[in-house]
Amino acid sequence: MALDRWVAFVILCVTMAYGYAAFFTMDALLPPFMQRNPIWPSTFPKVLAVLTIITALIILLGLEKSEDTGKEPDIDYRRLGDYHLIPALTLLALMVGYALILRPGGFLFATFAFLVLGSFALGERKFHIMLPVSALASFIVWYLVDEVLGIFLRPWPFFI
Amino acid sequence: MIEGLLIGLSAAFSIQNLLMVIAGCLIGTFIGMLPGLGPMSIIAIMIPVAITIGDPSAAIILLAGVYYGAIFGGSTSSILLNAPGVAGTVASSFDGYPMARKGQAGKALTIAAIASFAGGSIGALLLMIFAPMLSTVALLFHSAEYFALMVVGLSAIAAFAGTGNVAKAVLMTLVGLVMATVGEGALFNMPRFTMGLMDLQSGFSFITLAMAMFALPEALFLVLNPARSAQGASGKIENLRITREEGRKIAPVIGRQSIQGFFIGVLPGAGATIASFLGYAVERNIASKEEQEEFGKGAIKGLAAPETANNAACTGSFVPLLTLGIPGSGTTAILLGALIALNVTPGPRLMIDEPQIFWAVIISMYIGNLVLLILNLPLIPYIAKVLSIPRNYLIPFILFFTLMGSYIGQNNATELLLLVGMGICATVLKFADYPLAPLLIGFILGGMLEDNFARSMQLYDGVGFVIDRPMTLGLLVIAALLVIVPSYRARRAKARKEGVAEGD
Repeated sequence: MALDRWVAFVILCVTMAYGYAAFFTMDALLPPFMQRNPIWPSTFPKVLAVLTIITALIILLGLEKSEDTGKEPDIDYRRLGDYHLIPALTLLALMVGYALILRPGGFLFATFAFLVLGSFALGERKFHIMLPVSALASFIVWYLVDEVLGIFLRPWPFFI
Repeated sequence: MIEGLLIGLSAAFSIQNLLMVIAGCLIGTFIGMLPGLGPMSIIAIMIPVAITIGDPSAAIILLAGVYYGAIFGGSTSSILLNAPGVAGTVASSFDGYPMARKGQAGKALTIAAIASFAGGSIGALLLMIFAPMLSTVALLFHSAEYFALMVVGLSAIAAFAGTGNVAKAVLMTLVGLVMATVGEGALFNMPRFTMGLMDLQSGFSFITLAMAMFALPEALFLVLNPARSAQGASGKIENLRITREEGRKIAPVIGRQSIQGFFIGVLPGAGATIASFLGYAVERNIASKEEQEEFGKGAIKGLAAPETANNAACTGSFVPLLTLGIPGSGTTAILLGALIALNVTPGPRLMIDEPQIFWAVIISMYIGNLVLLILNLPLIPYIAKVLSIPRNYLIPFILFFTLMGSYIGQNNATELLLLVGMGICATVLKFADYPLAPLLIGFILGGMLEDNFARSMQLYDGVGFVIDRPMTLGLLVIAALLVIVPSYRARRAKARKEGVAEGD
């Protein structure tokens, strides 16, 4: 099965759960006075759930015959192996790491580490450029956001 | 209108707003030049900055400046590298890149700048005429019509954004609408679909979603496929002059394409990309025989047409945003989100309630175009140096800015995990050839759509409003046709193709 139909299948499953909540569980919480309204909080989600399930089924069952344009797709998942998968995954992992370390580690350290490790993952080995650039950039961004825009960012790790 | 213009002039010419235009245009040009980063990603990255400014007119002026700058910068990389930074400037590379290869890079950039300037300025003039007219009509609209109009907008976007596959675009729009129902709605004081998570209480953040849908997958694709960020020595750019004869040759093209591009831009879902391709095709068809030969080999008309059209279309796309509050493209949808975050609701009342915003935006379009012409043209040889930033530094920085953007919007580290998760989903969707702009537009319009739907339901005590109000019914029929007709025609074309025996 092609990837786009798998995606449609996943969306279908999620929407079924969404629709189940909209049709069967949500209204139980509705206070009696609101039940006299012509519209309930679940009305719109019900409509959406039905429409989404229909559309997802159309794609899943291949009912819509799309024109086969034959054009080269922008990026092709069938050639995923040819792409530089490892740096991309490393960067994603780094982003998750950044999210986890930003609060305890402080902005300056987290950003510096992210930029250095990010460019390292992409194959940069010139440490004499990489380290100062990352350090300077983290400081400048912190200064702009914290001092100029006035949004508090904790610069140092929790123990300082 | 004169009064409004004067208010706009006084607002737009304040030091702060002038600086905003200049800064926006410069930032937009710089980043728009980088291949692979479209105006949507750039504006998404700039939104947190714009929102912290606090003043809505300054914020939208900044973002609008970034928008023109990005389109202008995109044409620079199309011409110099044949690597368009923005989809709207792909058509500019057809003739711009051959000109650069012939050593006329300077001339090509000048033509692009002049054409962009003319397209943008004429577009702004048309906007000044048509927006007030449209907004007087829009004042007669009822919440039922608004609901229907948004449905029309959404289905038009789905019909045009789908690459021959309307069902996918419709599905994405619906997913966006579904995501918009998460959290507490304005009309009902109860959390919905939060699964008991406190972090979802206020719904998904639109900035995070915008970053995850556009900036993150683009950056990941640059990593996955380094060929996308084609880098080359930009070479020396000199001889920026064009002759009087060349000027005379492109003047009618610019005139025609400004008007055509503007009206294409007004249509929901069409936008700069379609305008530029259509402009290129139209000009090629009406050119004389020997000029047609030139197209694709460095014709100045072939460069002027898409450049004019895409800038005029950018301006045109502001018409539905400012008068109806309904964005016609992904970029204006992001602008709408930013305005709502600043407590301004674009719509027909905008011109009456907050004329300084409405007119300041229009005036700033002129200033923005001037800035691009005066400031950027002489600086282009230096700005083009940005093309030689190594991607090893560029990509971590882009990712860092997306992280930063969604973090300072909410000051919440969970938001970053959401960003990465949604970014991965968006990348998968992109791999599966699902258009992402409809999702974001659906998400942004979702809240308003439901509010207007609920209001009309309450007024008419049920779905009677669809039948009672002929205009609503008419608009809903149009919306249905927009979705059904293209897929029906595709089906028939396919059936016909299968019916015909292939010649041997």
